[in-house]
Amino acid sequence: MKRYTTQIVLLVVVLLSLGISVLSGKFDAYYMDIALNVGINIILAVSLNLVNGHTGQFSLGHAAFMAVGAYGASIFTLEMSARLMPMLGGPGVFATGFAFLLALLVGGLCAAVCGWLVGMPSLRLRGDYLAIVTLGFNEIVRVILQNTSGDGVFGGPLGLKGIPPLTTFFWVFAIAAICVYVVGSMVSSTYGRGFPAVRDDEIAAGSMGINTVRYKVTAFVVGSFFAGLSGGLYAHLRTTISPEGFNFLKSFDVVVIVILGGMGSTAGVIIAAIVLTVLNEFLRDFEQYRMLVFSILLIVMMIVRPQGLLPSFPILNRKKSA
Amino acid sequence: MKFSTRLLFASTALFAAFGVCGCKSSDDSTINIGEVASLSGGTATFGQSSHNGTQMAVDEINAAGGLLGKQIKLITEDDQSKQGEAGTVAKKLISRSKVSALLGEVSSGKSLEMAPIAQTAGVPMISPASTNPKVTEAGDYVFRICFIDPFQGTVMSKFAISKGWKKVAILTDTKQDYSVGLTQFFKKHFTENQGTITGEQSYGSGDKDFKAQLTAIKAGAPDAIFASGYYNEVALIAVQARELGITVPFLGGDGWDSPSLTEVGGKAMEGCFFSNHFSNEDASPVIQNFVKAYEAKHGAKPDAMAALGYDSAKILFDAMKRAGTTEGKALRDAIAATKDFPGITGSITLDEKRNANKPAVILTIKDGKVAYTETITP
Repeated sequence: MKRYTTQIVLLVVVLLSLGISVLSGKFDAYYMDIALNVGINIILAVSLNLVNGHTGQFSLGHAAFMAVGAYGASIFTLEMSARLMPMLGGPGVFATGFAFLLALLVGGLCAAVCGWLVGMPSLRLRGDYLAIVTLGFNEIVRVILQNTSGDGVFGGPLGLKGIPPLTTFFWVFAIAAICVYVVGSMVSSTYGRGFPAVRDDEIAAGSMGINTVRYKVTAFVVGSFFAGLSGGLYAHLRTTISPEGFNFLKSFDVVVIVILGGMGSTAGVIIAAIVLTVLNEFLRDFEQYRMLVFSILLIVMMIVRPQGLLPSFPILNRKKSA
Repeated sequence: MKFSTRLLFASTALFAAFGVCGCKSSDDSTINIGEVASLSGGTATFGQSSHNGTQMAVDEINAAGGLLGKQIKLITEDDQSKQGEAGTVAKKLISRSKVSALLGEVSSGKSLEMAPIAQTAGVPMISPASTNPKVTEAGDYVFRICFIDPFQGTVMSKFAISKGWKKVAILTDTKQDYSVGLTQFFKKHFTENQGTITGEQSYGSGDKDFKAQLTAIKAGAPDAIFASGYYNEVALIAVQARELGITVPFLGGDGWDSPSLTEVGGKAMEGCFFSNHFSNEDASPVIQNFVKAYEAKHGAKPDAMAALGYDSAKILFDAMKRAGTTEGKALRDAIAATKDFPGITGSITLDEKRNANKPAVILTIKDGKVAYTETITP
């Protein structure tokens, strides 16, 4: 029984989110929107944490993978969904859901492929150099999307609009739970001990026979895949996306969540994603001083707790007790 | 892992809880109006100007006793010029603040985010300055009070014809939807009215050398050159044209509206013309009164965004007065019926596509400064 605790909790969270999703009409639309933003940020932060926190590779291009996923999923929905409907037996709840799942997976896979393409050559670089490469990749994706034709499938600088609002509480939190489960299982498995090994001392890890590049690329591809999923969710929540929304500032937002939560701590990163997203909304009362208050809070928190909200001990504890 | 999963549990429960509670009832003694503006971030100057204009219109109506026996309460939310934020705050304004109508955004991209939300909720939305044609296609609750991009092309063609110019060359920035749209409609109107296009050349944003295109244009000996792109390139184009001995004036749209135009272009821009939404030098008393009131309050002359923000609020109040209610559907119909509304930015009529049918002003560059020339009605 105890062996399957994590799997049971995963199932409970998925069912719970389905329940809340069914009742979503009863909740306030604005609060629901914040909750969905929290979920999307959890996916982004936990997936980036695998790269930045657990594996120690400083990536500044997470928004680019989110953009690839968002565009991939949206284009699939806009171009293919209508054609798929007859095959799936008409536009019912399940057919729509299945088509949406396909769209999300397409977006996620596109992002994963991009992650692999960028990761293969650039993950031979370290630290600051990798940060610059990923930052550059982020800008390349944005600029390419921006320079496409306004009438084409990518929609040019104005982006895509009229994406059906398919994202619900269920999709966001089920995927968030799966993301947490996958990342958690990966890093706490026997194979996964290689991730912190690469982070803590790459040369030592390499000399012990760990294929460091392979670990780094694995982290990068899985991280990109979930970033792509979150992009698809985001696009189907906002119903319009444009290249400008996926600039490097968006990447920094995610990096801030990861650092604030504690590099390599899944629980800490989840708390930070919740706190920062909710804080952003509650500080609206400060109007023009909002960003100032937000920044001061960040600085204070970093001075008081430089290791993040929750440093990465829970996973180690589990390993010892197991 | 155990800890983190337990945490996810707790957080889900937390959100379920605060979705249910916290339902604030709205105050019935005021009419709430939501405004979404980019008060910070990349396009902060646009948002701040339009907000100042909107706030002025609200203050005026409240000082005059309010509307339908109630005071107007303007609730402004900042979207930080960020993608995604405009949608969130539009939802907040509708579900938390129970606004009767939404004003905003200036940028077309953000208005496109808000439009489906306003449409689904049945709350009328008026954009002061989103010129992209796609914005109002979102549905019958979405309006705008500025002209759309293609219209400016037609206006400049009319202006060229009124000046007696029969031969015009065209330079288009093919990387900008805006420029391509302007060119398309300029050409259509101009050729339909017995004008001749002597040459059509193109470039892309960011280009620095235009001598090849200009030499080709010079060969056609045009009376004027229509440059539909943005100010950065247009200023360079003008400088290089003068070096090549081309003396004819350049014509353009509101994409020229920036101090950089004359800073970079200098003498080369003298005697050129472009269309815009509003000129604070227009001598008409309505405009001068507005300019004076705005200057007294904010210490600066109003720009086009301020004037459009002011007009968007005024049109909304006018529609509320005519509808006699703030209920969504009736208010929507009243806004749609707006006809010959005397705004600061001209007489405004909303057409069946919920776009404003209104005049544009033609500005010229004189002694290094932008000066008002005339107003052209559609």
